[in-house]
Amino acid sequence: METWAGITTNETMFLWQEYWWLIVAVLGGLFVLMTFVQGGQSLFHTAKTDIEEKAMINSLGRKWELTFTTLVMFGGALYAAFPLFYAVSFGGAYWVWMLILFGFVLQAVSYEYINNPNNFIGKGAYKAFLYFNGVTSVILVGAAVGTFFTGSNFSFDPATKILAWGTATDGMDLRGLEAALDFGHGAWFNLAFGVLLFAIARLLGALWLVNDIDNNEFPELVARIRATAKKCFVVFLAALVVVLYGLVMMKGYSYDIHTGVVSMVEHKYLANLMAYGFIPLIVFLIGAVLFLLGIFQSIFGTSTGGIKLSGLGAVLIGIVVFAIAGFNGTPYYPSYADLQSSLTIQNSSGSLNTLEVMGGVSVAVPFVLGYIAYVWYQMKKDGPITKEELADPDSHAY
Amino acid sequence: MHGVDLTMLEWARAQFAMTAIFHFFFVPFTLGMSFMVAFFETIYVKTGKQEWKNITQFWQVLFGINFAIGLSTGIIHEFEFGTNWSTYSWVVGDLFGAPLAVEGVVAFFMEATFAAIAFFGWKRVSKGVHLMSSWLLAAGSNLSALWILIANGFMQHPSSAFYTFNIDNARLEMTNFLSLILQPVAQVKFLHVVTASYTMAGVFILGVSSLYLLRGKHVEFAKKSATVAAAAGLVASIAVAVIGDDHAYEVANTQPTKIASMEGLYVGEKGAPIVAVGIPKSHTIEEIKNMKDNEDSFTMPIAIPHLLSILGKRSFDGFVPGIKDLVYGNEKYGIWSFEKLRAEGARAIKDMNDYHIAKKAGDKAAMDAAEKDFHAIVANVDGVKIERAELMGYGYFSAEDAKHIFPPVAPVFYSFHLMVGLGFWFILLFVLAYASVLKGTFVNNTFVQKAALYSIPLPWIATSLGWMSAEIGRQPWTVFGILPTAHSVTPINLTNVQATFFMFMAAFVILGIAELKMLFTVVKSGPKGAH
Ligand code: HEM
Repeated sequence: METWAGITTNETMFLWQEYWWLIVAVLGGLFVLMTFVQGGQSLFHTAKTDIEEKAMINSLGRKWELTFTTLVMFGGALYAAFPLFYAVSFGGAYWVWMLILFGFVLQAVSYEYINNPNNFIGKGAYKAFLYFNGVTSVILVGAAVGTFFTGSNFSFDPATKILAWGTATDGMDLRGLEAALDFGHGAWFNLAFGVLLFAIARLLGALWLVNDIDNNEFPELVARIRATAKKCFVVFLAALVVVLYGLVMMKGYSYDIHTGVVSMVEHKYLANLMAYGFIPLIVFLIGAVLFLLGIFQSIFGTSTGGIKLSGLGAVLIGIVVFAIAGFNGTPYYPSYADLQSSLTIQNSSGSLNTLEVMGGVSVAVPFVLGYIAYVWYQMKKDGPITKEELADPDSHAY
Repeated sequence: MHGVDLTMLEWARAQFAMTAIFHFFFVPFTLGMSFMVAFFETIYVKTGKQEWKNITQFWQVLFGINFAIGLSTGIIHEFEFGTNWSTYSWVVGDLFGAPLAVEGVVAFFMEATFAAIAFFGWKRVSKGVHLMSSWLLAAGSNLSALWILIANGFMQHPSSAFYTFNIDNARLEMTNFLSLILQPVAQVKFLHVVTASYTMAGVFILGVSSLYLLRGKHVEFAKKSATVAAAAGLVASIAVAVIGDDHAYEVANTQPTKIASMEGLYVGEKGAPIVAVGIPKSHTIEEIKNMKDNEDSFTMPIAIPHLLSILGKRSFDGFVPGIKDLVYGNEKYGIWSFEKLRAEGARAIKDMNDYHIAKKAGDKAAMDAAEKDFHAIVANVDGVKIERAELMGYGYFSAEDAKHIFPPVAPVFYSFHLMVGLGFWFILLFVLAYASVLKGTFVNNTFVQKAALYSIPLPWIATSLGWMSAEIGRQPWTVFGILPTAHSVTPINLTNVQATFFMFMAAFVILGIAELKMLFTVVKSGPKGAH
């Protein structure tokens, strides 16, 4: 079988490609954690009074920049390290990315505008924007990640790499939206993945709010948030079952790291979980246990600290999902239109020089995480958000 | 050009222009105001006086309303590079993605993280930590501009000092990160943009303070704010012009078609003048071919002799090529014609195709031969060797495209000249304001106050014009001389691009009106505690 993939078997290059995929995975994991902001936005209906709503808006509104920045960083890293993915996925699955983008653009301004009396279209509209971002954007991101396993409908010119989307004879071409509608090509899995991400985001959002809003001053609000989260937990379990069933049972895409030839392999993702001495599986299980512990602590129990365990768990789960999508001879952005067009970390990456230079820059990441932690500590050290703070004009609440 | 839907291309360009201009209403304001606010806060922390805290917080509120929308409209472009310009993203992603990623790591996080303290931490952190956060917010946003402008600088002047063309991957690959960062074009661009931003903040603060003085409200507050704004604005506006001059020098020596259009220079001249004011005439390509001199280039020109040669070539009698020379060549000055460039470009494309055909056939010798021809040195300009591969972009054009190989003269000429004109107006305004501040007469000088008030929108116009001259002036390329705009766009149906165009337009109209309403309300209600 011939392959389009111009892969190199250069050892150093391969190591850098793996390093960068790991960075992408870590950023992906951090992004899953940061979707607590979106998840929280999907809980606004639990506020029954103005002050309750204000507390929620201020709690989430001081954190949206970080989710946003993580998203930008995730995009930037993919762009620099795997430019062919950027060209193919963004250019091809056009509507998925445009709608995600649109949701995030609207979100960013909504916090600033929502409680301003002169915001032109009224508070309700901005609340709707926040819901749109909290629900639709998250489900779409999840569905997009789902296509990392089920594949997309594209091919490209082997010489120039110019994209052709919608070339499968048995597929739909909706510029990306087929991921959610073409059930012959795994839409059920993509949708379940979207719902799963949404449920995770919402649970994390609930955990964050329970932690960040003063429980003594807002007992009813906290109780309502917990009640909604409990229902969400059921949705989470259902979606999880579907996704796990898919991952374990699905035929997966696989490629030969020496020749680049892509083929379909039974139980590929299960094999990936168990590859590398079971490390992915172990990390996944640790992540899952932590995630559940946090939920039992603070959603079913009354402690407020669950976000820490669940948050860490979510990061680990996110990392594993990206890891099994791209490591162990797996094309992370497969094509069902033309198997050999599938993107692997080897055939879609930047040049060795760029990967190295960027690798040098990536040593700044721990430093960045350090000052983010410092700022969070500074902002939280005086305790959760209280009514007094919200009423004080000097603290510049939203 | 090669089966590209030209209508779709125009819509994709229009979409980028719209989103970029909208984004850039907020960016320079953030760059400038973040420093002004940090500056005011420093005075507050040093003096411990409540009135300076009020001043700081008032300007911070205005800044904060803009901050979110500036941040959020920026991400649109990161996405658009992929969605609408996917071929571009592949061909230059290896170079272009790097500065964007660095921006995220070293600048954007800093800006966003410390913004949380600066805006919401007044009561939660100590004075010192708060002040530090305000400065880090300013530094982060300005650093972020640096990286973006490095990326843009690459598009204006891709230099073989930092990239090579990889025939196997059909793309540009980075060879030297340091020279990508340190390219002079990007450095002047950065300095020009940040000083323009400080000018904008200066005009804004001076203008709003003047409004209060004219109404006799908040007099003490306005006086103090205006003093700082006048001093900072004077320095910034002079710097904009001085750096702008360096900038023009860089453009003249790296993008000849742009400078020719900016100055409406149809036929190259030694000791070329600058037409300060005039109406450039439009000419068909045949007319340009037959032009002997620039007699018929302008209606009612007011020209300053030799100035273009002095500014562009740093020599009284330096030769500045005109559009005619750049299209049809000029042997005397060693300028290649478009036809000659096109022939080399076409050969480079053929080399690339041959290479891939040979690769498929497993013919190593043919691959090597094609690659060798691809990288063959075809010219040596002042010691800089030029490979055939570097001219590949010209090969995508057809012979009839001669009329498109330089940017449209009128929009580039007007936007550039209006920007420069406004630049001189800002200097004059700040000289007047600062002089009356020094004399202590500013509070009563209603003439200067009115001038400042009515000047508030002008920096926004100037920055938009600046980008128009830079980006329209770069046409028909996305990466100058390397990648044609028509060859950068995503292969996609027109309706998708139109739909997203209107989606953004609707959002911008609504958010823009909301933004202005909120700004006006804050300005109207004035600072608290000051009367
Ligand atoms: C006073 C004399 C000025 C000169 C000589 C000057 C010069 C230039 C030049 C040559 C460019 C084109 C760069 C390119 O094509 O790559 C440019 C662009 C630009 N100018 Fe100016 N400028 C002046 C004033 C101003 C003022 C007052 C502002 C705004 C307050 C401004 C804002 C900009 C912006 C935003 C750009 C686009 C970004 C860039 O290319 O740097 N300029 N200017």
